[in-house]
Amino acid sequence: MAGSSAKQVLFEPIFSNNPIALQILGICSALAVTTSMSVTIVMCLAVIAVTAFSNLAVSLVRTQIPGSIRIIVQMTIIASLVIVVDQILKAYAYEISKQLSVFVGLIITNCIVMGRAEGFAMNNPPLLSFLDGIGNGLGYSVMLLFVAFFRELLGAGSLFGVGLLPVVNEGGWYVPNGLLLLPPSAFFIIGLAIWGLRAWKPEQVEEPDYKMSRHKAKEAF
Amino acid sequence: MAKAKDTVSRTLMVALVLSIVFSVVVSTAAVMLRPAQIQNQNLDIKTNILSAAGMLEPGTSAQEIEEKFERFDVRLVDLDSGEFVEPSAVGVQDPMKYDMYKAASDPQMSTNIPSSEDKAGIKRRPNVAKVYTLSENGELVRVVLPIHGYGLWSTLYGFISLEGDLNTIEGLGFYSHAETPGLGGEVDNPRWKQQWVGKEVYADSPSEPQIQLVKGGVNADARDKEHKVDALSGATLTSRGVQQLVNYWMGERGFAPFLKKLREGEV
Repeated sequence: MAGSSAKQVLFEPIFSNNPIALQILGICSALAVTTSMSVTIVMCLAVIAVTAFSNLAVSLVRTQIPGSIRIIVQMTIIASLVIVVDQILKAYAYEISKQLSVFVGLIITNCIVMGRAEGFAMNNPPLLSFLDGIGNGLGYSVMLLFVAFFRELLGAGSLFGVGLLPVVNEGGWYVPNGLLLLPPSAFFIIGLAIWGLRAWKPEQVEEPDYKMSRHKAKEAF
Repeated sequence: MAKAKDTVSRTLMVALVLSIVFSVVVSTAAVMLRPAQIQNQNLDIKTNILSAAGMLEPGTSAQEIEEKFERFDVRLVDLDSGEFVEPSAVGVQDPMKYDMYKAASDPQMSTNIPSSEDKAGIKRRPNVAKVYTLSENGELVRVVLPIHGYGLWSTLYGFISLEGDLNTIEGLGFYSHAETPGLGGEVDNPRWKQQWVGKEVYADSPSEPQIQLVKGGVNADARDKEHKVDALSGATLTSRGVQQLVNYWMGERGFAPFLKKLREGEV
């Protein structure tokens, strides 16, 4: 990672090294908070803020942190930031914080935040780490918004709460797909998105773990 | 890794400094944002009460909500006797400050519900409930009562609003629940809630609520259609929970004694 430019650090995680699609991190909140676009956006902003500032804080003190307690130090920094974000949401975006409920608190356990703090911020200067945090937050957001777009549009017939497809219950023609409002549907959408992304950028496809050797022995009839 | 920063004393030092710095950050945020949060919570409760009473148009400003809510009288009611009690009886000055759901977990302030009677699935019921009454020119026109009970995944908390005859439903709404979005979560659907308007809770006896959630919709010529509401499709258990909890709270163990006294003008 050493020597990577600011631009790379900021934009690579969006498609080339997406934390959800390539590293398969942070899936749990991708399942839970993607039923509507407006809630998802707030969640994404919260995650971007936490990854960016936790990376910054970890990077600032990285030369001081003793190796034996570094994970706890990172957790303390992340947990404090998450609490602050949660308090801010409760004060200024009460409706949405009610819908996000425990998932704001669960950003603490979001593997992306911890992964970037340990994997990047511990070895890189503050500004670069800050940008890396924003970049990874954006990568997470792109994926979440993609999932939320389909879930809200097909599951509830609306986007940002504005009805686009007139739903049968309200006298329209669109029968909403209830499956898309349930968590498993996010798995399907993320799976399809990963498929699409890897078809577009084949270098993301992992090497198979082993290759089948050709048949040599003749089987008995 | 330099050896110098891995010594025990250094480790303890870093841990200590870090804890202090971040506890200051967290507590500062908590203290500074507290007033805004409390205001939000109060406004949220008032919004829910007004919306159950059908007094809320979309886009009402916070100030208008406060003004509309001012017209309500907040009173505390002893559920067993059905009589109003003074706020001091539950240890508060302002009835708004009384939290009946907190009281429900305090053995001194609540009673156990025997499982045979526990239709709403709430296990304990506070002795004193908070009700909101609205009078115009000395005449009672509206009563908003808190209701709660178990659905499929979660306890639903909400309000039911009755007209001055204390029988006709004026509105119903849940402000907190975790039912399945799109299925049980449709308790929040304004179209579904609209159905409740004009339904009647009681038939002959003023202590036996008759609300039923029925499958397949309510025909215009159905028997007892004034007590029937269309159930939520795909959410049998949430619908059953809503039916049970409304009937529990409107029944003898809930607000029926209070409503009876109120109707007879005794309180």
